[in-house]
Amino acid sequence: MTRHLLSAADLSHDDAVLVLDTAAELAAVADRPIKKLPTLRGRTVVNLFYEDSTRTRISFEAAAKRLSADVINFSAKGSSVSKGESLKDTALTLEAMGADAVVIRHNQSGAPHRLAHANWISGSVINAGDGTHEHPTQALLDAFTIRRHLCGGLGDLNGRSVVIVGDVLHSRVARSNVLLLHTLGAHVTLVAPPTLLPYGVETWPCAVSYDLDSSLGKTDVVMMLRVQRERMGASYFPTEREYSRRYGLDERRAAELPEHAIVMHPGPMNRGMEIAASVADGRRSVVVEQVANGVSVRMAVLYLLLGGNEPAIGAIDE
Amino acid sequence: MSELGMSELGMSELGMSEQTVVIRNVSPLGGERVDLVLADGKIAAITSPGAGENSGDKSVPGMGSIEIDGSALIALPGLVDLHTHLREPGREDAETVVTGSRAAALGGFTAVHAMANTNPVADTAGVVEQVWRLGREAGLVDVHPVGAVTVGLDGKHLAELGAMADSAARVRVFSDDGKCVHDPVVMRRALEYVKAFDGVIAQHAQEPSLTEDAQMNEGDVSGVLGLRGWPAVAEEAIIARDVLLAEHVSSRLHICHVSTAGSVEIIRWAKSRGIDVTAEVTPHHLLLTDESATTYDPVFKVNPPLRTKVDVDALREALADGTIDVVATDHAPHASQDKDCEWGSAAFGMLGLQTALSVVAEAMIETGLMDWAAVADRMSTAPARIGRVFDHGRPIAVGEPANLVLLDPGARTVIHPEGLASKSHNTPYAGLDLPVRVTHTFLRGQPTVLDSSLVDMSTATNPDLNPDLNRGIDD
Repeated sequence: MTRHLLSAADLSHDDAVLVLDTAAELAAVADRPIKKLPTLRGRTVVNLFYEDSTRTRISFEAAAKRLSADVINFSAKGSSVSKGESLKDTALTLEAMGADAVVIRHNQSGAPHRLAHANWISGSVINAGDGTHEHPTQALLDAFTIRRHLCGGLGDLNGRSVVIVGDVLHSRVARSNVLLLHTLGAHVTLVAPPTLLPYGVETWPCAVSYDLDSSLGKTDVVMMLRVQRERMGASYFPTEREYSRRYGLDERRAAELPEHAIVMHPGPMNRGMEIAASVADGRRSVVVEQVANGVSVRMAVLYLLLGGNEPAIGAIDE
Repeated sequence: MSELGMSELGMSELGMSEQTVVIRNVSPLGGERVDLVLADGKIAAITSPGAGENSGDKSVPGMGSIEIDGSALIALPGLVDLHTHLREPGREDAETVVTGSRAAALGGFTAVHAMANTNPVADTAGVVEQVWRLGREAGLVDVHPVGAVTVGLDGKHLAELGAMADSAARVRVFSDDGKCVHDPVVMRRALEYVKAFDGVIAQHAQEPSLTEDAQMNEGDVSGVLGLRGWPAVAEEAIIARDVLLAEHVSSRLHICHVSTAGSVEIIRWAKSRGIDVTAEVTPHHLLLTDESATTYDPVFKVNPPLRTKVDVDALREALADGTIDVVATDHAPHASQDKDCEWGSAAFGMLGLQTALSVVAEAMIETGLMDWAAVADRMSTAPARIGRVFDHGRPIAVGEPANLVLLDPGARTVIHPEGLASKSHNTPYAGLDLPVRVTHTFLRGQPTVLDSSLVDMSTATNPDLNPDLNRGIDD
């Protein structure tokens, strides 16, 4: 494993499978009466969140705590950052406090990369979402969820097809998923209006379509992306209604999916916009399970980046 | 007031003790070797090597003279930069006229054009005269202020261009650089108005709404990095519009820092139509690409952004064939806190003065695309002509002003950011091993750089000027 997790591209095929296998082992802990392992006892994990986030921050916090790490939560609001402190100075502070790992969510693409490589800190850096760049642990939990449902919970995702729909241009989830799912052998198709696809998307390891209906019939997974409120009214598409009509996953479209196909969403959802409420709550939806899997996957990442060489679960009987 | 100031400075300049300089066996423009004698601010004699030594010629060394062995050196006319940010007034923490002048002299420049986006903006005769005077006091290069086209760079109201032209600073180049004069009517009026005093509008071609919050070239790399893209068309659309405007009103137009292959095509077309347009390219756009952004290191963040290999190749070709007339540095110093941060928070720009000749040699000489005579044209003759700086960019001939640079084409230079003379350190070339070393620079016959070391040319107004500032470059 690398020392940092900044991009899904940092993970080789074997690294990615190792994270998923480790997460599967660690998931078992969640079923125990005492959901805690001593693995990272005495290590300090800082959650450095420059953007509002509920599920990702809580997920990382739960993951670190289940591994017995000391967790420091640092959010930009109400901190020195709101007084104009630079990322560098915040980083130097965290370094002085002895952070072994910094989990960073930042509104600027590349901020985790700077934190890892600008010689500000010495600990591991985990990207918990940076601007419109990447969100690698989201891709890992998505891969974990897909593997569980469609691959018997083992190995990689060889040959599975995944359709990712929506605002790819601004989506860090889409970027990380394209990279990771491709690494794991899946076939990814991005579906979006042309305005919401990045320049150069044809060079990415995936297929691209402007038409949702023709993409649904044979897919194993459909992943809907959130349409950010601020995109509406910026001429990316004419109206919410037109977007929803052309790219929303409603009941009619969900019925076109193969029997075994699952519906995913990284959340938070705009019910009625990119996904109909009945589909979000329907039998194919694994949205809630994605959240649960997020904790296991983040435990695995923290363990593999920080935990050293002992088996993750082996420490249980200590 | 200003006349008094001028005459004082003029006196001090005249009062400087004039040294005679003899440069033995040097190669002007890479051609046949000669001995050059500099005296009274001019090139006094050019003789075949050794011819002057036994002739008893009075211009040959005596008291107060310097003799230089030029047998490994090439002489070019002193370099002229059409595009420099000296940051004074306003951001003296990033650069001053003095520190920028040092970087310029060490880079082989004898004249620079100081851009107008200072604080306050150089949009009045008062500010341009201040910058001009600071340049005179520093005494290392001729500092020619660029005047703003519009008041406060607001893009709406013409600044008092005539007053700046008539001032002691004698402004001929006007630019809102950093911002585009995007309103076509304002641009048209500006192009027309400066004809009255032979001025030129230097356009920063960037359509603003296509580049809102843009961070880097829009291309395959920006898509992967999730950084807001800066499409080539945002530059090209403005250039296309402005060459047509210049044609319509029969005005002279200069395009700053051309960065795309498409811009080159438009300029080539405009020149073929006889439109009076000139263009510049920066050293960094001749060498670096948007792949640098994958480091997210803001030292590579610049406006216009680094483009692709295809663009770099087109720019090199255009510089070689003359479609692009000049190399201009767009030297843009920034304080460390404005670069040692996240990409999106960082300022645009990179240092350029002290490394320009080496980068141009790497991109154009080492590749065989240009010879030294062409470099002299693109970095001295043509920029002096465009800026209407008549005593620079002259041929190396008897009677011409002795503004010269000597360079060692066989030497190599490793760039150390902390050692550059600029007050800032934001060079994108850290650690690069580049060809060429500037060994000597002469401004009106007086050395400003000797053996790659700065010579103190300051008047008493700059007591802090420290000549021990040449540790920037290893060979």
